[in-house]
Amino acid sequence: MAHILLRHRDIPDINKLEVYRKNGGFEAFKQVVTSMKPEAVTEVVKASGLRGRGGAGFPTGLKWAFMDNKNWPHYVVANADESEPGTFKDREIMENNPFQFLEGVAISAYAVGAHAAYVYLRGEFWQVAAFLDERIEDMEKAGLLGGKLFGTDYELKIYTHLGAGAYICGEETALLESMEGKRGQPRLRPPFPPSFGLYGKPTVVNNVETFTNIPMIFSKGADWYKALGTADSAGVKVFSLSGRVKKPGNYELPFGTTFRQLVYEHGGGIINDRPVKAIMAAGASSSIIKVDDKALDTPMDYASVRTLGADLGSASVIVIDDTVSIEWVISKTVEFFKHESCGKCTPCREGNYWMMHVIERMEAGEDVEANTELLLSVAKQMQNKCLCALGEFATMAVVSGIERFPDDFTTSSIGGGHA
Amino acid sequence: MPKQLVSLIIDGQSVSVPAGTLIVDAAKQVGIDIPVFCYHPKMEPVGMCRMCLVEVGRPVIDRVSGQPVIEGGKPKIQFGAKLETACTTPVSEDMQVVGMSEKARTGRKEIVEFLLTSHPLDCPVCDKGGECPLQNLTMAHGSSESRFKFDDKQHQKKHVPLGDLIWLDRERCIQCARCIRFQGEIVGDAVLDFFRRGRATDIVTYSEPGFDSIFSSNTTDICPVGALTTADFRFGARPWEMNSAASICTHCPVGCNTTLNIRREARSDGNMVIKRIMPRQNEQVNEIWLCDKGRFAHHFSASPDRLAKPLVRTGELVTESSWEEALNLAARSLVEAKQDFIVLAGGRLANEDLFNLKALADGLGGKAALYTHMGGGYLTTLAGVSMDTNFGEMGAGTSILVAASDLYNEAPLWYLRIKQAAARGATLILAGARETKLEKYAAHVIRYAYGDEAQTIKSMQKSKAGQAAAEALASAQNLVVLYGSDGLGLEGSASLAEACAGLLDMTGHAGKPGSGLIGVWPHANDQGAWEMGFQPVADLAAEFKNKLVYIAACDPVGDDPALAEALKSARFVIVQELFQTETTRLANVVLPAQAFTEREGSFTSGERRVQRFYPALPAFGETRPDFSITASLAQKAGLELEGTSALLIMNKIASKYKSFEGLSYARLAEVREQWPLVGRGDIYYGGAIYANTQGLGTRLALLEAGSLPGTKPVESKRPSESELLAIPVCKIYDRGVTVLPSTLLHPHIGDASVSLHPDTAVRFKVQAGSTAQLTVNGTAYQVKVLVDEKVPASVALLPRSMGIPINTPATISLKAA
Repeated sequence: MAHILLRHRDIPDINKLEVYRKNGGFEAFKQVVTSMKPEAVTEVVKASGLRGRGGAGFPTGLKWAFMDNKNWPHYVVANADESEPGTFKDREIMENNPFQFLEGVAISAYAVGAHAAYVYLRGEFWQVAAFLDERIEDMEKAGLLGGKLFGTDYELKIYTHLGAGAYICGEETALLESMEGKRGQPRLRPPFPPSFGLYGKPTVVNNVETFTNIPMIFSKGADWYKALGTADSAGVKVFSLSGRVKKPGNYELPFGTTFRQLVYEHGGGIINDRPVKAIMAAGASSSIIKVDDKALDTPMDYASVRTLGADLGSASVIVIDDTVSIEWVISKTVEFFKHESCGKCTPCREGNYWMMHVIERMEAGEDVEANTELLLSVAKQMQNKCLCALGEFATMAVVSGIERFPDDFTTSSIGGGHA
Repeated sequence: MPKQLVSLIIDGQSVSVPAGTLIVDAAKQVGIDIPVFCYHPKMEPVGMCRMCLVEVGRPVIDRVSGQPVIEGGKPKIQFGAKLETACTTPVSEDMQVVGMSEKARTGRKEIVEFLLTSHPLDCPVCDKGGECPLQNLTMAHGSSESRFKFDDKQHQKKHVPLGDLIWLDRERCIQCARCIRFQGEIVGDAVLDFFRRGRATDIVTYSEPGFDSIFSSNTTDICPVGALTTADFRFGARPWEMNSAASICTHCPVGCNTTLNIRREARSDGNMVIKRIMPRQNEQVNEIWLCDKGRFAHHFSASPDRLAKPLVRTGELVTESSWEEALNLAARSLVEAKQDFIVLAGGRLANEDLFNLKALADGLGGKAALYTHMGGGYLTTLAGVSMDTNFGEMGAGTSILVAASDLYNEAPLWYLRIKQAAARGATLILAGARETKLEKYAAHVIRYAYGDEAQTIKSMQKSKAGQAAAEALASAQNLVVLYGSDGLGLEGSASLAEACAGLLDMTGHAGKPGSGLIGVWPHANDQGAWEMGFQPVADLAAEFKNKLVYIAACDPVGDDPALAEALKSARFVIVQELFQTETTRLANVVLPAQAFTEREGSFTSGERRVQRFYPALPAFGETRPDFSITASLAQKAGLELEGTSALLIMNKIASKYKSFEGLSYARLAEVREQWPLVGRGDIYYGGAIYANTQGLGTRLALLEAGSLPGTKPVESKRPSESELLAIPVCKIYDRGVTVLPSTLLHPHIGDASVSLHPDTAVRFKVQAGSTAQLTVNGTAYQVKVLVDEKVPASVALLPRSMGIPINTPATISLKAA
């Protein structure tokens, strides 16, 4: 099947404006601006069943419909922070199929009446930002951005904005704070961005991949899109496959593809043909799935993955084989979250620091059993108390790891099995 | 419009509160304590510390009908899976809040455990110990043991000066951001912020010099741990060792309510001393705040320069004497002078002192004068503010005009509260010759040249900016006008007062409750003096000649050395003072007075609020209260005055002066519950500020305004080409006699300086930062030259009370030293 999002794999040079346009590029944007009312655009997106690709899977059209029409101006922000360990799909899209992404942003802006849209990229993506700036300039020169678009009164500008290297800025409200020039710390929610977003104005924040789906939904129709994937999760998804597989990389597949298909048909199986021990489906923010045949045959859609006591999240599938200790895995996730905790709320700021120290003691061989118990207790103590999702995510690998893989937390197993 | 009431149940108690109230405040109103660290009722909630976790249930709404589902005659309530923060969640109809369930209690216990993992637990050596929210809430909600290994604690710097007045202990900080938010939201000087992230998060100052704010010390009251301490009090005493006495700040006309914390201590030779000054809540005056000057400039009352015994001069010889001898000599001279005497009173005196001084002058046929550079006060007694005026409640519908006053330097708490009134929607109009800090919050700014003050207010409509401002004034429901003496002497300020009163009259606001004229006086009780009929005199030198001069609580010679000759020409000089001053050195009799910390009395604030202060310390040496000294003197001169009890004098004031009618010490001591709750058991909630149990004071009644006097034309003084006009301005930290003894503030006081526009500096060939020679009235002074583009051209801003006599605009000469 031809790619929908990773079209550069089928069409060379689609990152050049003339090639993208030759392949139907910006027809959807034109059609939308010249012939559709903004509300109708949102209706189409609703009908497509598209859900946000940033991890939460919130229905995209519904989010757009929440925009407060009594408060103007409106903004659109593309979340290109892509900081979740194991996620590397947005970068491939932006570098290789930038116009499809930007067209999606433009259609979204039209749908919510925004005249300014921003692409917020993590600080390390400065080269991607420079590249996107050039593509935005291409669009401006071609009359695809700016005033009087397609002869109408609609005008739109797109800007890139670089973060300063904090994982938390992928959280949408921290992202908005950072864009406003403040410390990247999450805001209280509610209010959510569609009522109180950038500079306090209604704002749509969607992931890069989400936007990239939009143009095809208009060129091929909502029904076409909805028919892809599963009833619960419409369309296709870019799965970032990493870990102990032979062929790691991004794979664009319909929702509902099983873990087994991803790992064996696409990923070429496990290095040295070892058995799969565990899967983290949502990067470092995962509950660790204990893998058996049933798990491998579980379709990857939002609802099905939940039956395994985990979430699909942004579908950054990290595969762990039997050579890797889960204790080592969580030592890495905890170190990551301790480093990235913004410090705003108590449980996350103190809890991650504490967990790190408990792990250090365990790894030094200090009363492994008691420390494992303490670690589990601290993680559970953080749960449901944090201000934003980061603190909650930090506990997931710890709790699921200890509960599902107790054998990796014994005096004899500690210190073994690094990837 | 009153807000709609919402009914809910908190821990079994039914509560009705206005819509929008947060759960934590709703609970507090019915006496239920939901613990908090980051939440503060004066600031926006942030939900950071997570201490206020509670279970929240809400009615289940039927999806089809949109109505609540009824079960057994009651709405069906569904509780969320997660605990919610009571400080960020507004109440809603039929909500049920459970703070005492096992789940909620466990949640809070776990948060305390998290907080203590990074806390040093150095309570035994911590200044906050004994009045520490973290200590108290740990006792109430925490666990008795920690599972966190002590060796894993992060060690941080424990003595970090954020500025020279405030110190930070980085280990004790729990990252609640109360200090950061206070500076940003309430003061508008966002000089603090977080630095780094996660467990490494630190409080830092971004200003140069550090923590550059005149309100910085308030952060130590609302800090829920011992992370922030003042340079004045840190390691000074434990809270439980100190006694407290209610008092009133004497540094400006705002009249902030304070509590003096005192202790008898070995390191002060076994004497009772003031250890610190804390704000005392009065939501109509200072709320729960104090400026740093009010908090730190208290050392004068314990100054080694205090006078302990009366002094008597025989020729050139000055000797200590008994009260009897000094009073006899003074009284004999007073009788001999017949009606040829003048009483010169300072605005530091209490109402009771002023009453007796006025009664002495009236009774013996002399003259009573107020020592001040600011006139027009009688207009505030006619068109001043009355009962319903409260900056804390002003918002849309009120216009506030500030004319010729730099409130940030002259009356800091008014600055703070007017800034907040503007944020709530009050229209703020600033009329000034130069940019002042408050202008940032003004809707309209009217700029004039120094000398045009009164004229500008009178003909406001003539300028474009003035026109919009004039409309805002005329259409306002309430109009409050504050006038000051920035660049004005006695005549100029009197003229401005008349113009301002005229404006109130013209717009129909004079005599209306909620409107009125406020003088931004140089002293704490100038208003009291005006209310009792004291008047300033234009030419002191002429008044002194050949008269008996009775001076109380002011230092005219120190302020203007030129007056020394005039005072030498007086027939006899009696001076009643706290310290030796340039004026006491020329006196025939010096009578040592008690400081306000040693006696009781009352002050009348610029907003015409009469407030009591109470004795905190034993009298210094043989000093007596001013009112008592005056009464003794009067008695020996044949006039009976009350001299034993301040209370009885207040009764006399109430029967003599119409505006004081009905006032008594009992009434001034009345209190009622104020919001937010502070102090006592509520330190975790509102801060370590003292609750007001000793009196909120009472506003004076408004007199029949009748017709207000019209404006006299004022001659504006303008410099010629070669001259330079010195403009007197106010600086919060100056060399005033009550400020200078606080050595802690010396870095903020600095040297005498003059501020010039860069062009003026070039014209007079002086360089920024250099020392120049400034000559005023024939005397030369060395001053530091400051260059600032905001200074109007052709004038030199010269702060008052910095060692150079300047009270009214004067022509000066300036050259490089």
